[in-house]
Amino acid sequence: MEASQFKSDQYVRFCPGCGDHAICMALQKAMAQIGIPTHQVAVISGIGCSSRMPHYLNTYGFNTIHGRGGAIATGVKTSHPEITVWQMSGDGDCLAIGGNHFIHEIRRNVDLNVCMFNNRIYGLTKGQYSPTSPKGFVSKSSPFGTVERPFVPAQLVLGAGGTFFARTLDVDMPTTVDCLVAAQQHKGCSIVECLVNCVIFNNGTHAWIADREQRAEHSIILKHGEKMIFGKDRDKGLAVEIDPVTFVPKIIVVPSDDPRVLTHDATQPDPTLHRLLGLMGQDRIVNVNAEVDNELPIALGVIRSVEADTYDQAVNRQITEVREKAKTKSFDELTATLDTFLL
Amino acid sequence: MQLTGNMFAQLAAELGHEISTLPDFPAEIRAPQGTLGGVSGFQVELGSDVYTPGDKADVIVAMNAAALKVCTLGSHFNHPQAHFDDEFALYHRHAIVIVDTDALTDKDLEKALYHTDNPFTELGIPESVQIVPVPLTSLTKEALKDSGMDNKAVLKCRNMFALGLIYWLFDEPMEKAIHLLEEKFKKKPALIAPNTKVIVDGYNYGQNLALNTTQIRLEELDAANKQPGRYTSIAGNKATAWGLIAAAQKAGKHLFLGSYPITPATDILHELAARKDMNVMAIQAEDEIAGVCTAIGAAFAGDLACTTTSGPGLSLKSEAIGLAVMAELPLVIVDVQRGGPSTGLPTKTEQTDLMQALYGRNGECPAVVIAASSSANCFDFAYMACKIALENMTPVILLTDTYLANGTGLWRVPTLEELPAIHPQSVPEELKGHFNPALRDERGVRYWAFPGMEGYEHRNIGLERDAEKGTISTNPENHEHMVLARKHKIEQIANSIPELKVIKSQISNHKSKMSETLLVGWGSTEGHLHAAANALGCDLAQFNYICPLPRNTREVLSQYKRIVVCELNTGQFATYLRAQFPELPIEQYNEIKGQPFAVERIVNHVKK
Repeated sequence: MEASQFKSDQYVRFCPGCGDHAICMALQKAMAQIGIPTHQVAVISGIGCSSRMPHYLNTYGFNTIHGRGGAIATGVKTSHPEITVWQMSGDGDCLAIGGNHFIHEIRRNVDLNVCMFNNRIYGLTKGQYSPTSPKGFVSKSSPFGTVERPFVPAQLVLGAGGTFFARTLDVDMPTTVDCLVAAQQHKGCSIVECLVNCVIFNNGTHAWIADREQRAEHSIILKHGEKMIFGKDRDKGLAVEIDPVTFVPKIIVVPSDDPRVLTHDATQPDPTLHRLLGLMGQDRIVNVNAEVDNELPIALGVIRSVEADTYDQAVNRQITEVREKAKTKSFDELTATLDTFLL
Repeated sequence: MQLTGNMFAQLAAELGHEISTLPDFPAEIRAPQGTLGGVSGFQVELGSDVYTPGDKADVIVAMNAAALKVCTLGSHFNHPQAHFDDEFALYHRHAIVIVDTDALTDKDLEKALYHTDNPFTELGIPESVQIVPVPLTSLTKEALKDSGMDNKAVLKCRNMFALGLIYWLFDEPMEKAIHLLEEKFKKKPALIAPNTKVIVDGYNYGQNLALNTTQIRLEELDAANKQPGRYTSIAGNKATAWGLIAAAQKAGKHLFLGSYPITPATDILHELAARKDMNVMAIQAEDEIAGVCTAIGAAFAGDLACTTTSGPGLSLKSEAIGLAVMAELPLVIVDVQRGGPSTGLPTKTEQTDLMQALYGRNGECPAVVIAASSSANCFDFAYMACKIALENMTPVILLTDTYLANGTGLWRVPTLEELPAIHPQSVPEELKGHFNPALRDERGVRYWAFPGMEGYEHRNIGLERDAEKGTISTNPENHEHMVLARKHKIEQIANSIPELKVIKSQISNHKSKMSETLLVGWGSTEGHLHAAANALGCDLAQFNYICPLPRNTREVLSQYKRIVVCELNTGQFATYLRAQFPELPIEQYNEIKGQPFAVERIVNHVKK
């Protein structure tokens, strides 16, 4: 299918220069590449800039209320597992007001494809800090800087038992499309953290990796089955070192020809290494003033993708199994089992 | 006690008596036994022409000293000097009071805060009350001495001895009683034999020792007044669940329930979770909001979607119900009302969520509100809630309450065929390829297309939409137009619901002032108001359809010179009626005690 088939007739109203434009195009490309017909796809969103996305996709769409997209998407998918369901959400919609639904859709492993647009700011309400804004971040609602510790989405997702986590960047179209396609192919709750720039209220929030000059040094694109190598000259690799006293594992940067360089296994059920990969470079977002270890790159691509039974399948399977054995299948058969008297 | 009460009521119903029950229990799961706060009661009225669980009992079974005190002093049980009083006692002056004398030890009396060692004198129980002392505990122990059961298990059977005694007192046949017991304990077969033995011993105790009392013969149900058919007893929550199941099958839709446990609505979730054989998908969501939101998702995807809750949960669901109003999706919200506000009285009954159901949302947000008026007709109104929602693309709030939900009544079992047809809204073929979610039929109801339907892809929204294109619109005229379109859609439903029928007084006294008086109620008070109207000789209008009201409401009400709206709140329905019919002479009578009305108090008030 063609990306144009997934484009709706609506004028795209994201601000000029907003990272959401790029994700919107990537979604249309990814959906075309996946090839599921438009009427079999439902895109559910909450409230926020990113939640406008359903209007621009020529599928079934539902732009709902703040934070509840996850619960509504869970209802769509569980009642109709044959429909491909996407959820569009932001760092506020997903991690603040919708936090409960977010962790529970992950815990249940509902087969949803969730795009979590992370610009570390509330854009649509014009510039308040979000649960992913760095500690000390100055915004309209934190004029003296925030005092709270932010979420690292990767850690939250893995902590909730996530089976799929990918991270991508608005300016990296190929990686974004790859991540979205992988999210759809994965059966289960697939979380794609889309790092997007808010050109109005938080411009340059991801400059450390978005900047073309620095990206190769500051990020690594993880690919399943491939060595973890990065750098402008692809001269660096990642390895694990275990502290001999505390046994705490730590990722270190080694020369790319070092035999210790790791090969990425997104399908490893144990999340320990995925968590370490997801946390790389995140200390700089945890505290705006912190001394950061600049050496570790931010991981992009599919960090984790493991198979597990999905909620929607399990719920439907249980009903099928009960019905196969059931003696009563209709209302009249049910009422026939009652002890009654005749008048 | 609840099990014993239910078994007695169910047996009576299966033997062809009308029943009405009122379970009354503390909010704590295991409230301290023997204390005044821990008394758990079950009230039942049986016979013919049964409208309520009754004001005052003819027979009381007090399992301990605390129960005896609570039954005798009613709501005054905490007053240290209180005596039997005709107004507050839960039984009347000529009642039979069966007491377990083994549970009147010094320790029991102390726990129930007696000051003397003679509870009967201390409570001032009139001599006309017939006290039947029975050593229930020791008789039960005696009955089970060879059973090999431990003391704790034996004591649990004490209620069954009392039940056996009651079966004798009401002259119920034991074969049927034992069959019922076997059904109840189907999953715990080891308990069938000992409980049967205790019930039979209780029955024989009454018969052989010829208790110093006469057996009571129940009046047979008046078959002439009843529609022929199969009858059984049913609790309100179960009836609600089955009404939803029947509607889904009639409409040819999957039934989806998104719910979160909350007293007193949880039994609906339990029942629907167990009914996978009926193809019900019941989801226990992570919170109340997710309960309604998963249901909205299922409705968006084309299902008959429901959520069940009580007042606090309805508060949490408000914003999402607004979404369903705005997105014009069918949705059934069952609110089993309880005492409020906040956590309030979780296990008690009240009608205090009416205003919340009507208006508790942001913006101009009309939804349909209907109310069941008996435990059995929870079935009918759950069914109608689904029918209205599916045919009119709107949320429907069904109000029941603790009294209806936990109480049981006699239910005529319908067949699917005889239930009214349901025609879920659909979409005309010719809109394929140029569908949008603002398109409406001639009634003003928008068309329904959902994922999976090729050629009807569209974006639904909680934002205001353009009346023609269905896309986001902030145009001022369009907004006003849409507000009125949503209002009109609800109002036109009055064309398809039954008209208001007055229950005419059976006493024809044209000279009496009462012939010009109309009692008005809504929802669960129907039984009490019916009995009160009979006693007063006045007419009764009981509302089940509240928003919209039946078309003929003004016409009916304006025929009376005095209208007394009786509700278990401070006057919410009276206020609603006054707003719509300012010319009518509307009075109100209210009680907010967490209990159903007492018929006598209504009668006394209206007579004044």
